Amino acid sequence: MYKIKSAEFLAPNIKKFIIEAPKIAQKRKAGQFVIIRIDENGERIPLTIADSNIADGTITIIVQGIGKTTQELNSLSANDSIRDVVGPLGKPSHIENFGTAVSIGGGVGTAIAYPTAIALKEAGNHTISIIGGRTKEFVLLENELRAVCDEVYPTTDDGSYGYKGFVTQKLKELIDSGKKIDFVLAIGPIPMMRAIAETTRPYGIKTMVSLNPVMVDGTGMCGGCRATVDGKTVFVCVDGPEFDAHLVDFDLLIRRNRTYSKDEKTALEHTCNYDVAFEKALQGGN
Amino acid sequence: MAELTKKERMKIPRQPMPEQDGNVRSGNFKEVNLGFTEELALLEAQRCLQCPKPVCISGCPVGVNIRDFIGLISEGKYAEAAAKLKEDNALPAVCGRVCPQEEQCESKCVLGVKGEAVAIGRLERFAADFERNTLGIRTPQIKPKTGKKVAIIGSGPSGLSCAGDLIQMGHDVTVFEALHAIGGVLLYGIPEFRLPKEIVKAEVDALSKLGVDFQPNSVIGFTDTIDELLTSGYDAVFIAVGAGLPYFLNIPGENLNGVYSANEFLTRVNLMKAYRFPEFDTPVFDCKGKNVAVFGGGNTAMDAVRTSKRLGAAKANIIYRRSENELPARAEEAHHAKQEGIEFLFLANPLEFIGDKDGWLKQVKLQKMELGEPDASGRRKPVPIPGSEYLMDIDMAVIAIGNGSNPIIQKTTPDLSYTKRGNIVVDPDTMKTSKKGVFAGGDIVTGGATVILAMGAGRTAAKAIDEYLKEGK
Ligand SMILES: Cc1cc2nc3c(=O)[nH]c(=O)nc-3n(C[C@H](O)[C@H](O)[C@H](O)COP(=O)(O)OP(=O)(O)OC[C@H]3O[C@@H](n4cnc5c(N)ncnc54)[C@H](O)[C@@H]3O)c2cc1C
Ligand SMILES: Cc1cc2nc3c(=O)[nH]c(=O)nc-3n(C[C@H](O)[C@H](O)[C@H](O)COP(=O)(O)OP(=O)(O)OC[C@H]3O[C@@H](n4cnc5c(N)ncnc54)[C@H](O)[C@@H]3O)c2cc1C
Ligand code: SF4
Ligand code: SF4
Ligand code: FES
Repeated sequence: MYKIKSAEFLAPNIKKFIIEAPKIAQKRKAGQFVIIRIDENGERIPLTIADSNIADGTITIIVQGIGKTTQELNSLSANDSIRDVVGPLGKPSHIENFGTAVSIGGGVGTAIAYPTAIALKEAGNHTISIIGGRTKEFVLLENELRAVCDEVYPTTDDGSYGYKGFVTQKLKELIDSGKKIDFVLAIGPIPMMRAIAETTRPYGIKTMVSLNPVMVDGTGMCGGCRATVDGKTVFVCVDGPEFDAHLVDFDLLIRRNRTYSKDEKTALEHTCNYDVAFEKALQGGN
Repeated sequence: MAELTKKERMKIPRQPMPEQDGNVRSGNFKEVNLGFTEELALLEAQRCLQCPKPVCISGCPVGVNIRDFIGLISEGKYAEAAAKLKEDNALPAVCGRVCPQEEQCESKCVLGVKGEAVAIGRLERFAADFERNTLGIRTPQIKPKTGKKVAIIGSGPSGLSCAGDLIQMGHDVTVFEALHAIGGVLLYGIPEFRLPKEIVKAEVDALSKLGVDFQPNSVIGFTDTIDELLTSGYDAVFIAVGAGLPYFLNIPGENLNGVYSANEFLTRVNLMKAYRFPEFDTPVFDCKGKNVAVFGGGNTAMDAVRTSKRLGAAKANIIYRRSENELPARAEEAHHAKQEGIEFLFLANPLEFIGDKDGWLKQVKLQKMELGEPDASGRRKPVPIPGSEYLMDIDMAVIAIGNGSNPIIQKTTPDLSYTKRGNIVVDPDTMKTSKKGVFAGGDIVTGGATVILAMGAGRTAAKAIDEYLKEGK
C-alpha cells in the first residue's frame, strides 16, 4: 500500500498527489514514470513522476481524469492509499546543454514536461517554457515553471490568459523572431505533439515527444505499448517514452490508443465515483 | 485393498482423467481436468509394478521418487505420498497439471513399452491436491537461522523453488517481483482453466508462512540494481527473471489494432482478469462472435486460442507453419483444444496483416508451406510454396511464436556473461554466473522451457548458494 500524503486539484479534473514511495523518490530521474493500480480489481496505468522529495520519501504525480482509472484516482484524498506503485520505469530524458531549450506542455502534458524542464535548466540550457491550456484555469504549474525557467509563455485557446492561440503558434513566433532554438520537448495530446513536430521539422530543430500508448506491465514483457518510430517497432515503456518527434508515426499511436474506446465507456458506466470527483473539481475542492 | 498379483495389476487399464465436457468448458474458465477421485487414484496406483529399478525416475528432470510416492498412494497414505513428492518437487500440484509427462517421466515407464504408462502426473496431482484440500500445505522444519540473506529476482517457478529450499536451510530470503502479484508465468501466462490461480496462491502463502519475504512492484534494474542488492546486505543473488520478451513476426501490419502478443493477451486475461471485465477494470479485445487466429503451435498458442474461444470467439484457429507432427504443444493440450472446437490450419505462414481505414485488423495474407529437409532442431523445415498466397478474414490475431530474454537485467548488469540471444551463461552444475555471489536459472538461462526444468534449476542453485554462503566461494 502506498499512502497518499496530499491531494489537491490544480485545475478542473487535474489533481496533484504526493505519495509515499521512498525508493522510487530516491531513484527516479526526469522523464521516468510509475505504473499504479488503485485496488485489487484495478487496471495498471502509467503516470509520469512530476517531482520527488528524497527527504520526505515522496513522489508527485499529476493526473487528468479522462477515463475510469484516472477519474477514480482523482476521487481519492489525503490518507487514502494506492494498492500498487511500481517504478521508476522507462528511460530518463536525454539531458545535455543544447543551448536554448524549449519545453512545451499542453494540458496535463505540462506536468509531464516539468521535471525535464528543470533538468534542462540544471544542465545549463537557456530554458523557455510554453504552457498551453484551453482556458486560463488549465494553464498548469506556471509559478513552478517561472521559478526555474528563463522565459515562460502561457497560452490559451480563447485568449482568456497569456498568448491567444495554440502552443505551436507561440513556438513558431519565437523561432521567427530570430531566436536560435536548439532543442524542443513537447508533451501533450497527440495532435499537439504532431503539430509541434511539423512546426520544427522545416527548421531542423531537434524535437522530442513523450508517447502515451496503453501499457500493461511497463517492463517490455507484453509488447502492448508498441509504436512505430523511424519505420521500426519500439516498446515505448522500455525504449522510451521519449522519442524523436520527426520520426514518430503519430497516426498509428492515435489508432492504437483507440483499441479499447468502447470498453472504456463500459468501464466508466460501471463506476460511480467519477461523478463525485468531477463535481468536487467543479466546486474547486478536493 | 487386497494385494494384487502382477498379472492382475497389468490388467487394470490406465484410468482416464475426468474432465468437463468440451462444449460446456469452452464457455467457462473453470479447470478442464477435474482430478482423480480416490477410487480412480487407487486403481491407477495399483497399475504401478513398483519396479526394483524404476526407470520412470530417469525421465523426470528433478528425479521425483515416483515409485515410492505411487506406492504410498496405493496404500492409501496420501499425505505421506505428498510429502515424498515434496522431497524433490516443491510444486507437485502444479507439475502434476502442467508437466509434459508424456515426454518425461511417463515416456520412460516400463508399462509404456507394450501398453500404456502409469499416469504419473495425474497421481502426482491427486496426492498434492489431497494434501492442500484436507490438511492444508504443511510447513516443513526450518534449520536454525544462519544470518545470511539471499535476494531472488523473479517469482516464477524457478524463484519460488529456490526460495523454498533456501528458507528451509535457515537463510533469510527476499523475492523481488516486477509485477504486482507473485507466481510468474504460472500466474500471468498459464490460464485458470489449466492451472487454477488458487493453487499458486496456496503455494505462495505457504512460503510466506515459512518466512519468505515477497516484494512485488520491484523491477530489479530499475528499483534496485543487482550491485545495489549486493552492497545493501544481500550475500547472494539468484536471477530467475524468465523469458519475458515477446517475439513478433516482423511482417507488415503487425501494429494494427487487434494484433496481440500472446503475453499481452494472456496477461490481460489471467493476471488482470479481463475475462471478468467490467467487474475488473482491464479490458481485452472483445472476441464475441469474432474470427481469431493464433500464430504458433506451442503451449502458449494453445492457451491463447482456447482463451479466445472462452471469450466467445465464433472461430478460433491455430495457424502453424509446420504440420501436426511437429506441433510443439503437449499432446493433451492440442487434443483438448480440438474437443473445444478449435480449428487447426497447418502448413500456412502469415505474410502480412491487412487492416481497414481505422487501423483495425481485417485479414491476413497467408502462404501455403510444404515440409522440406530437417533443420537444426531436427524438425522438417517448412518451405513456402510459390504462388500459393491467399487471404483469410480475421478480426484478432495473437502472435505466439516464443519469447526472448528481457534486456533489463543485461543493460543494468553488464558485467555478467550473456549469450548472443541475451541468456545468462551459468555453470550447469551450480547455476553460478560469471559474477561472484550471483546465480541464475530457469528460462533466463535456457530460453523458454518448462516449469519443472525451471524449478530444478532453482533447486540446484539453492544447494550451490547454501555452499557458497558457508564457504564464501
Ligand atoms: C509514459 C506515460 C506517462 C503518462 N503520464 C501521465 C501523467 O503524468 N498524467 C496523466 O494524467 N496521464 C498520464 N499518462 C496517460 C495516462 O496513463 C492515461 O490517461 C490513463 O492510462 C487512462 O486511463 P483511464 O482508465 O483513466 O482511461 P481510459 O478509460 O483507459 O481511457 C479514456 C480515454 O483516453 C484514451 N486513452 C487511453 N489510454 C491513453 C493513454 N495512455 N494516454 C492518453 N489517452 C489515452 C482512450 O482512447 C479513451 O478515449 C501517461 C501515459 C504514459 C504512457
Ligand atoms: C502461456 C504459457 C504456457 C506454458 N505452459 C507450460 C506447460 O504447460 N508446461 C510447462 O512445463 N511449461 C509451460 N510453460 C513454460 C513455463 O511456464 C516456463 O518455462 C516457466 O514458467 C519458467 O519459469 P521461470 O521461473 O524461469 O520464469 P517465469 O515463470 O517467467 O517468471 C519470471 C518472473 O520474473 C519476473 N521478472 C522479470 N524481470 C524482472 C526484474 N527485472 N525484476 C523483478 N522481477 C522480474 C517476471 O515478472 C516473472 O514473474 C508455458 C509458458 C507460457 C508463457
Ligand atoms: S515432476 Fe513432472 S516429470 Fe517429474 S514426475 Fe512429476 S510430472 Fe513427471
Ligand atoms: S516404471 Fe512405471 S511401473 Fe515401474 S515404478 Fe515407474 S511408474 Fe511404476
Ligand atoms: S507495457 Fe508491456 S511491453 Fe510495454
